[in-house]
Amino acid sequence: MTAPGAIKGGVRAPQQHDSGHKHVAGAATYVDDIPTPSDCLSIAFGLSPKARARIVSLDLAPVRAAPGVIAVLTAEDIPGRNDVSPNAYHEPLLAEDGEVHFQGQPIFAVVAETHLLARKAARKALIEWEDLPAILTIDDAMAAESWYEPPYVMARGDADAALEAAPRVIEGVMEIGAQEHFYLESQAALAIPGEDGDVTLHCSSQHPTEIQHKVAEALGEPFHSVTVEVRRMGGGFGGKESQGNALACICAIAAKRLKRPVKIRYDRDDDMTITGKRHDFRIAYRVGIDDDGRIRGIAFEQMARCGWSLDLSMPVSDRAMFHADNAYYLPAVRIRSYRCRTNTCSNTAFRGFGGPQGMVAIERVLDHIAFDLKADPTAIRALNYYDRPGGDRVTTPYFMEVEDNIIHELSAELLETSDYVARRRKINEFNAQSPVLKKGIAFSPVKFGISFTLTHMNQASALVHIYTDGSVHLNHGGTEMGQGLFTKVAQVAAECFQIDLDRVKITATNTGKSANTAPTAASSGSDINGMAVKNACDEIKGRLIRFAAERWQTTEDQVRFLPGRVTVGAEEITFEALAAAAYMGRVSLSATGHYATPKIHWDRSAARGRPFYYFAYGAAITEVTIDTLTGEYRFDRADILHDCGKSLNPAIDIGQIEGGYIQGLGWLSMEELVWDDAGRLRTHAPSTYKIPTASDRPDMNIRLYDTENREETIFRSKAVGEPPLMLGISAFLALSDAVAAAGDGTIYPALDAPATPERILRAVDHVRGRPWETRR
Amino acid sequence: MRDSLRFLLNGEPVELSGIDPRTTLLDWLRETRGLTGTKEGCNEGDCGACTVGVTRLEDGAPVRRAVNACIQLLPMLDGAAVTTVEAIAGPDRQHPAQEAMVALHGSQCGFCTPGFVMSMWAGYPAGRGSRADVADMVAGNLCRCTGYGPILESGLAMHDLPAPDWEVDPAPRLAGMEHGSVVMTGGGCTAHVPVTEPELAALVEAYPDAVIVAGATDVGLWITKRLDTPERMIFVNRVKDFDRVVETEAGVELGAGATYARAAGALERLSPDLGELIRRLGSVQVRNSGCVGANIANGSPIGDGPPPLIALGAELVLRKGATERVIPLEAFFLDYGKQDRAPGEYVSAVRIPRPAPPEALKIFKISKRFDQDITATLGAFLIGVESGTVASASIVFGGMAGIPKRAAAVEAALLGRPWTLDTVEAALPAFADDFQPMSDMRASAEYRLRAARNLLLKVFHESAEAPPETRLVGAGALA
Repeated sequence: MTAPGAIKGGVRAPQQHDSGHKHVAGAATYVDDIPTPSDCLSIAFGLSPKARARIVSLDLAPVRAAPGVIAVLTAEDIPGRNDVSPNAYHEPLLAEDGEVHFQGQPIFAVVAETHLLARKAARKALIEWEDLPAILTIDDAMAAESWYEPPYVMARGDADAALEAAPRVIEGVMEIGAQEHFYLESQAALAIPGEDGDVTLHCSSQHPTEIQHKVAEALGEPFHSVTVEVRRMGGGFGGKESQGNALACICAIAAKRLKRPVKIRYDRDDDMTITGKRHDFRIAYRVGIDDDGRIRGIAFEQMARCGWSLDLSMPVSDRAMFHADNAYYLPAVRIRSYRCRTNTCSNTAFRGFGGPQGMVAIERVLDHIAFDLKADPTAIRALNYYDRPGGDRVTTPYFMEVEDNIIHELSAELLETSDYVARRRKINEFNAQSPVLKKGIAFSPVKFGISFTLTHMNQASALVHIYTDGSVHLNHGGTEMGQGLFTKVAQVAAECFQIDLDRVKITATNTGKSANTAPTAASSGSDINGMAVKNACDEIKGRLIRFAAERWQTTEDQVRFLPGRVTVGAEEITFEALAAAAYMGRVSLSATGHYATPKIHWDRSAARGRPFYYFAYGAAITEVTIDTLTGEYRFDRADILHDCGKSLNPAIDIGQIEGGYIQGLGWLSMEELVWDDAGRLRTHAPSTYKIPTASDRPDMNIRLYDTENREETIFRSKAVGEPPLMLGISAFLALSDAVAAAGDGTIYPALDAPATPERILRAVDHVRGRPWETRR
Repeated sequence: MRDSLRFLLNGEPVELSGIDPRTTLLDWLRETRGLTGTKEGCNEGDCGACTVGVTRLEDGAPVRRAVNACIQLLPMLDGAAVTTVEAIAGPDRQHPAQEAMVALHGSQCGFCTPGFVMSMWAGYPAGRGSRADVADMVAGNLCRCTGYGPILESGLAMHDLPAPDWEVDPAPRLAGMEHGSVVMTGGGCTAHVPVTEPELAALVEAYPDAVIVAGATDVGLWITKRLDTPERMIFVNRVKDFDRVVETEAGVELGAGATYARAAGALERLSPDLGELIRRLGSVQVRNSGCVGANIANGSPIGDGPPPLIALGAELVLRKGATERVIPLEAFFLDYGKQDRAPGEYVSAVRIPRPAPPEALKIFKISKRFDQDITATLGAFLIGVESGTVASASIVFGGMAGIPKRAAAVEAALLGRPWTLDTVEAALPAFADDFQPMSDMRASAEYRLRAARNLLLKVFHESAEAPPETRLVGAGALA
C-alpha cells in the first residue's frame, strides 16, 4: 500500500531502469539467452567476399558435407518473396540472379546443429567469380552519377543571388565518416514453428511489425500467421530498425521447412560486415555573409553514401537536409542532396538519422565564418540564430515556422554556468606558452525536429489490462533497447491510475497484443507510446469513473484517483477494491489505446510543410587538449544544458544525454571505418574499430533545461533519444579549435571526421604550412 | 596423469573429460551449463561482455582476476575457480558492485553490464581507488549506452556499501585440488597441461607442431575467428615457476608464462614509462591472461612488449629438451612471421636489464584510442647523454616494419654528436632510411613516419631542463 502523499514511481520520478536489478545479475534475457528445445538449430550465412561480381559457379556440396549440417538454403528455397527491404525497393535476402553487390552480402544460409558448426560450414563453399566493376566511394558514385534518384533539392529564396550579393563568401568541403552502431548484442533471432504454418519469432528488433510483415511475405503467409516478440535489445541505436529482417526471415523459412526451432546470431565480424552503418557524407558549402558575420545566403551539396540497397537512405538523406540549418536562420538557402548508390553495405538508420551529418556541416560553417572574421564563434552563432517566437527570422528551409525557439536563453545560460569566457582566456594563455600540447574549446547548439518525416508512421497503439487484484498489465508497440522506454511508459500508467510503479507489469512488445506499430525510432518512443498508453488508461479510467459514480450514487466529477486509492464522494476505497468491484459490475477492465501525432504534414515534392511536431534543443561546450607531435588528444571537460521539456524521468534523460554525447564524440573522433580499394571493410571488430572507453569520457556537467513543451506531449515532456548525440559536435569543433591554435591564425584547419590522431596531425601540419604528400 | 579437467564453477567442483579442448569457456557456460548471464559481445576479447572471475592461488593466496571467457579455452581453467555473474550475490542482497550499478543507473541496455559487474567484482578487493583507477579497471569493458559516467561512479560508490559477508574463501578448496598434469582428448584435439618445465620441454620437443597456448589472447582468436582446428595444444599456465617474476638489482627475469598483470609491478619499478605502457596494453582482462614472453614468442610486429625490451637490451632464454640457449631479444625477430626458434624449441624466459636511471627509457604508444587499442606506432628510446654528447642510443619501433626494429640509421645520426635540437633535426631524415612502414586500417605510412620522427623531437623536449608539457595521459600527464 502506498503512503497517501504520492505514488512511488510516477512521472518525473528519477526511477531506475525496470530491468536494472536483472541486468547486473545476468538475469535479463536476450534472444540468444532464451532457453530453447534441445532440437533447436543454428544458422549462419555464407557471405560474398567480393564487392561486385558474377557467380560463375557455386558448389555447395562441401558445405552440405560439413559436420553437423542439416540444410543449406539458397534463394530458390524461399517459399515466398526473397526480399527484406523496409520499403518498396527490392533487397534480396539471399543473392539472386547470380550476382553479388557488396562484400558481406548473404549468398546462402547453412542450418546446422550448432552456431559454431554453421559458421565453419558456411566458409566451405567453392565459388568461381567473375569480377565486375564496382562503385565504392562517393567519388566513384558522383562521377558515374550512380544515384538512387535525381538530386533532391530543398530551397527557400534565391541562394545564388544572395551569394552573388554578399560582401564575403566562404567555401569549404567536409568529409564525414560513417559510424558502426556497435550495439553490444549483435543481431539475433529465434523462430519457433507452430500449427498451420504459423511462426513465432523472438527478435532483437526495433521494428517487430516490419519483421512480421517481411517474414510473412517470405513464407507466403498472411501477416496473422506470424507473431513477433521483443522483450529487450542489447542496444539498437537505429541499427536494429531494418537490419534484423534478414535474420528473422531466414530463421522462419528454416523453422517452417524443418519443423524445428531455429536461431541465428551474427558473430561480431559478420555483423559489422553485413549490416549497414551511419551514412558517410561529403558536404560542400558556399556561404555569403555580411561583414559582421550574418549569413545572407548559403548553398549545400550533400552527398550520402547509401550502399547497395536503398533501405532507409531516402528519409536519412532527407533528414540531413532538414537539419542543414540547425538553429540558424538561413535567409536564402539551397540544399541539394545526392543519394549515392555504391557496392558497399547498405547504410541505415543510426541515432539522429542523417540529422547529425547535416548539422555538423552547418556548425562547421559557423566556425569557419568566425575564424575568417576573427570573431568569437559563440557571438557569430547568436547572431544567426532563429528569432525568438514572434520574430521575423523564423522560417526553416522547408517553410516550417520555428514556434518554440528557446536556444537564445539556453545558450546564454550554458555560457554563463560553464564559465566559458574565462576559460577561453585561460586556454589562450596556456597555448601561448605550450609548444607541444594545445588546448581548444568549442560551443555548439542543437535544434532537432521531432516526428517521423514519413507522416503516417507517427502513430502508436497500446493494450492495458487491470486485473481484479488491481495489478496492471501494460503493453505497447514501443521496444526497449536500453533507453528506458518501458520504465517511462510504465511511469505514465502508474501516474494515470495513481498506483505504485510496481503494480504495473511491463511486458514484451508483441505484435499479437499491440498491432500495426511504428518502429521505435526517431526519438518518438515515449512521445507516441506514452500517449497511446495514457489514452488506454484514460479509457479504462472513464469506465471506472462512470461505474463508481453509478455504484455510489454520485456524479462523475466526484470520483477522484488519489495515490493508491479512489474517492467517490465521501467514500474512499482502494484502487484494488475499485477494480474488483468494477469486475463484479461487469465493466471491462481492458482497453487499447491509439495515438496519432497532431499538426504534422509534409509535401515532399514541394519540399514544404510541417514535418515536425516540435523541436528539442540543447547545447554543449567541450574542452580538449591535443598533442601537436602525434595528433593524439584528450577530452577534458564537457558542459551540457539540454531540453527534455518537463522530463518524465530525469535520471533516464540524463543517461540518454550523456550516452548520446559520448556516442557523438566517438563518431567524430576515434571511430574510423576503413574500406580497402577492393571494397572490403577492414575494421570489422572492436580490435580495429574503436568506440570510446571509460577513460575517454571527459569530466561532464549535465543539466536539464526544465521547461514545459509548448505542445501537448505526454506530460509536456520532450523526446530525448537522438538530439543529445549532436551535442558531441562540440567535441569535434574543440579539436579543430586546438588545431587552429597550433597555427598562426591564417589557415582554417582542414579537419575531416572522424578526427583520428592521424587527421589531427595532418591538420596541425596543414595550419603550420607543412602539408602532407598524400591527400587524405 | 589425469585425462580430465578439474575446476570449480561458482563454488561447485566440475570434472570434464573427453571434451573438445578448443571449447571456449564462454560457449561452455552458455551452451552446456545454461549460464547465459555471461554474454558474447565480440568473441575476440575486446569488449568484455563475457568477463568472468578466475581465482587461483598465486604465491599461496587466492587472487581474483577478471578474464574474457570468449578466449579462455577450457584446459586453461584446470585447477582454478571460475565465478560467473549469476553467483556473486548474497542470500539477501546483491554484491556491492551490483547494488551500486542499479542505484546509480549504471545499466541501460544491460548487455555489457554483467561484464562490467564482473570486472568490478574482481577489482573490489583492491579497495577504493581514484576515478582513473576505476577507468583502468573497466578499460576492457565497452559500453555503448551510458557514456560511462554512472559506471565510474558505481566503481567508487561500491566501496561505500556494506561489504559482502557471504563470500567463501576458495583457498582451501583450490589447495585441495589435485595438481598433476593432464592429457585430454576430445573432438579430435589433444590437450596437454604439463606442470613442470622438463615435462613442458619434453612435450614441445615431442610435438614440435603443437600449438603452445599461454594466455590465448592470440590463439583464442585463431579458434573463434579464423575457425582454426589445431589438433594438439600444449597449455603452459600450470607449469610451476613458469610464471615467475624475479627482481634483482641487475634487472628482472620473467618466466615466459608470467602474465603482464603479474609482471607489471616489477616492470614499472624498472621504468615508469614501461609501467605506463603496460597500463595501456590490452586491458585488465588481457593483461590477466596475456604473457610477456608469449607476446614475444608469437613474433607480432605490433606487440607492445618487444620494442622497449629490445631498447633495454633484454635477452631471451630458449629451451629445447634440456638444452638452453640465450640470445639477444633483438636477434629473435628475423623477418615478418619468422623467428629464431628451432622446431621443438620454445621461449622459456626473458631477462631484462635495469636502466639507470629508470626514467631514461622513454616509451610512446600511439593508437586511435588510449586504452585497449592495438598500436599504430610505438617508439622506445634509451638515449645516453654524457657531457652534452650522445654516448649511447637504442631506439626501437613497433608497427614500422615486419618486425620490432631498431632505428639504426637514426641512432648513427645521433651518436657522438651534441644533444641539441640541431642534431635531432639533422637525424630526422634518417627515419626514412630505417623504416618504410605500411598503410593499413590503423594508420597511413606517412602518418607512421611523421609520428615516429616527431617522437624523437618529443624525447628532446622532455630532456630540457624545464620541459614543456608533453603527455596527455599517464603519470606525467598534464593536470
